[in-house]
Amino acid sequence: MPDTTLRSATISVLVENEPGILARVVGLFSGRGYNIDSLTVAAVESGGARSRINIVTSGTEMVIEQIKAQLDRLVPVHRVADLSLEGPHIAREMALIKVAGVGEKRVEALRIADAFRARVIDATHESFVFELTGATDKLDAFIDLMRHLGLAEVSRTGVVAIARGVRTI
Amino acid sequence: MSADAALTGAEVLLRALKDQGVEVIFGYPGGAVLPIYDALFQQNAIRHVLVRHEQGAVHAAEGYARSTGKVGVVLVTSGPGATNAVTGLTDALMDSIPVVCLTGQVPTHLIGNDAFQEADTTGITRPATKHNYLVKRPEDLARAVHEAFYVARSGRPGPVVIDLPKDIVIGKAPYTPPASGHPSYRPQTEPDHGQIAKAIALLKQAKRPMIYTGGGVINAGPAASAALTQFVRSTGFPITNTLMGLGAYPASDPQFLGMLGMHGTYEANLAMHGCDVLLAIGARFDDRVTGRLNAFSQGSKKIHADIDPSSINKNVPVDVAIVGDAGRTLEALVAAWQADPTQSDRQALTTWWRQIDAWRAKESLKFTQDMKLGSIIKPQHAIRRLYELTRSVQKDIFITTEVGQHQMWAAQHFRFEQPNHWMTSGGLGTMGYGLPAAMGVQVAHPEALVIDIAGEASVLMNIQEMGTLAQYRLPVKVFILNNQYMGMVRQWQELLHGGRYSESYSAALPDFVKLADSFHAVGLRAESVDQLDDVIREMLTIDRAVIADIAVDPKENCFPMIPSGAAHNEMILGAEHEGEAAGITDEGLVLV
Ligand SMILES: Cc1cc2nc3c(=O)[nH]c(=O)nc-3n(C[C@H](O)[C@H](O)[C@H](O)COP(=O)(O)OP(=O)(O)OC[C@H]3O[C@@H](n4cnc5c(N)ncnc54)[C@H](O)[C@@H]3O)c2cc1C
Ligand SMILES: Cc1ncc(C[n+]2csc(CCOP(=O)(O)OP(=O)(O)O)c2C)c(N)n1
Ligand SMILES: [Mg+2]
Repeated sequence: MPDTTLRSATISVLVENEPGILARVVGLFSGRGYNIDSLTVAAVESGGARSRINIVTSGTEMVIEQIKAQLDRLVPVHRVADLSLEGPHIAREMALIKVAGVGEKRVEALRIADAFRARVIDATHESFVFELTGATDKLDAFIDLMRHLGLAEVSRTGVVAIARGVRTI
Repeated sequence: MSADAALTGAEVLLRALKDQGVEVIFGYPGGAVLPIYDALFQQNAIRHVLVRHEQGAVHAAEGYARSTGKVGVVLVTSGPGATNAVTGLTDALMDSIPVVCLTGQVPTHLIGNDAFQEADTTGITRPATKHNYLVKRPEDLARAVHEAFYVARSGRPGPVVIDLPKDIVIGKAPYTPPASGHPSYRPQTEPDHGQIAKAIALLKQAKRPMIYTGGGVINAGPAASAALTQFVRSTGFPITNTLMGLGAYPASDPQFLGMLGMHGTYEANLAMHGCDVLLAIGARFDDRVTGRLNAFSQGSKKIHADIDPSSINKNVPVDVAIVGDAGRTLEALVAAWQADPTQSDRQALTTWWRQIDAWRAKESLKFTQDMKLGSIIKPQHAIRRLYELTRSVQKDIFITTEVGQHQMWAAQHFRFEQPNHWMTSGGLGTMGYGLPAAMGVQVAHPEALVIDIAGEASVLMNIQEMGTLAQYRLPVKVFILNNQYMGMVRQWQELLHGGRYSESYSAALPDFVKLADSFHAVGLRAESVDQLDDVIREMLTIDRAVIADIAVDPKENCFPMIPSGAAHNEMILGAEHEGEAAGITDEGLVLV
């Protein structure tokens, strides 16, 4: 019987930086009904010849294997790595979080921000913008706490990830 | 370089095509590709076949490709030319057929402006192709063409689009010759020998082995089919082919169990169901083949060899995966089988064959043809007679089909002894494929006998290609099994929808004899069984295109049939096997 348990996978894809490459990857996910929990992309080589796409997805083991095989057969794809499978890795994302409020709530927001090591990068008498970097669940927890304290707007980068140690993709 | 710099983009394009060995292009002109047509006019190396619809051009290129092993080439204009090609491209993608399709595009400075006959061709064809290119700089043109051919034919073959803005083909462009390899696309063709050894170990111990091969063996070229035949004969194992794989193993050989799957034979499906070791090569465990997945060949260890890792463990988890070209894999299997001193279990194999022969004795393809004068023709009988009467023809014989019951009857009753002689739309199931595909085959093989086994509904979907047959004197034979119904639809309505024949009657059909005549072809008609042989014989003597309209029993159903969502051992057999029906489940009803 095929395994039906779901797991989350952080997949990094090294691609030739050509027009349409992101549409190819996103189209593959939507066309085949795979989940995208997060997706980031940026050129990672000088001259911008190659980009790295980090995708957080979830599915059964068979589906995740299929996702990797499907990504790998795209012509401009150089390499596909399943970071969650290939040993320890670090995943980070950044969020800019706007909290509006005055008085006690404002003080409380600052206190929590301090505990999370969020930086204040913009402030007015009625608002803060916090910058917070960390694992997805840390960002989620911080944003959750801000809900009662005047959370006004959130902008997140999505996950970037890399293997620990000397290993490279 | 200085002399090359004098070339226009259109000339660079043609030179690149020539360097890729292109001899024929199937195409249709329009504003955006006029400079290319002008360059074509001024040379003789590459022939152009003018189709009557761009979909026909792609299917023709598919027929050309499947029958030669080369890449088929298409040229269409921007906008409607490109969108008309999309069905053909998707068809080639689903069936892994190498095609390069050149599409015209509005000039680069107008892209995105909703210019006249602009369409986002690379956007539209992205999911319909293996890869596509939009050439925006003259210096990228030659490289894109060479790369497109490499991508189309390498690994798992497929269609590639090159979108060519008009300014790029008009302006000057540098020529660069083909480069070898590719920076990122390098499919693995050589199988891993450790995996081959694991496969052989399983196969040597098998008591009830089964070999299941598909279109990948055809893709791998005739040598792969020869290696398959050698492997099957030296093991003594039974073999079945998918619809796409027919011809890879000679149908007349006693080890061949016929096609498997939804309309496969009783013995092939039950052997799949009951085997203890299954070797799959170049086949993708399609739902038409597996039936209900949780009942598919539950008792077997599975070995799967495929050039595309995404085909492996996609639908069915396997025990031994071999990534590589089917030909290289089969050669490795042949060598390893002979080198391994372990004896296979001959006694168990004999018992297994006894079981298979008992299934075979059921004659699941049996039908009853009343031979009395004036009797209605059974479609299976028409194909059997077509097969038998073509045995004495001293020509290479190629069969294409449309989609429907006639396609399945052709697969069941026409016997294919060699690869690349059977072209059918399997994955997409495109009605209207057969006539243009036959045209492409005939262009590649002018001396051959090329027959499109057609349904009266399907053939109308690209009937305009009769004009192409006339223009190029292509003597394709269109053999219509005219049951006056979209028979496959009618059959499902009979079996699954209470006999409510909603919109499946082929009303107001044309007079196919007159239709042939108006297209400068010959029309023939057989109304009853006594006329059939004469019509076939006459068709075979005519050296022009022919439409043979064969009136067949409108009520005949195609059996055996595994209803959608059923298991291999829940097959429905025909009237000749009364009282053995299996039920269709509710889950089965939602499947196609
Ligand atoms: C009305 C209708 C009814 C049908 N009924 C049936 C039926 O009863 N039985 C049936 O079998 N089909 C049937 N089909 C066809 C079915 O839909 C599929 O198209 C077919 O089963 C797929 O065949 P295949 O597995 O050989 O794969 P293909 O589509 O031919 O794919 C080829 C496989 O081989 C691999 N490959 C390609 N090149 C190579 C190479 N060089 N080396 C190694 N591997 C390679 C590819 O990666 C792929 O996995 C029907 C279709 C229609 C329209
Ligand atoms: C383009 C397209 N439209 C619809 C279908 C669905 N379909 C599959 S078989 C079939 C009927 C085909 O009728 P005909 O060509 O007469 O063949 P028969 O089944 O009668 O032999 C239809 C409508 C299809 N396969 N392709
Ligand atoms: Mg019909």
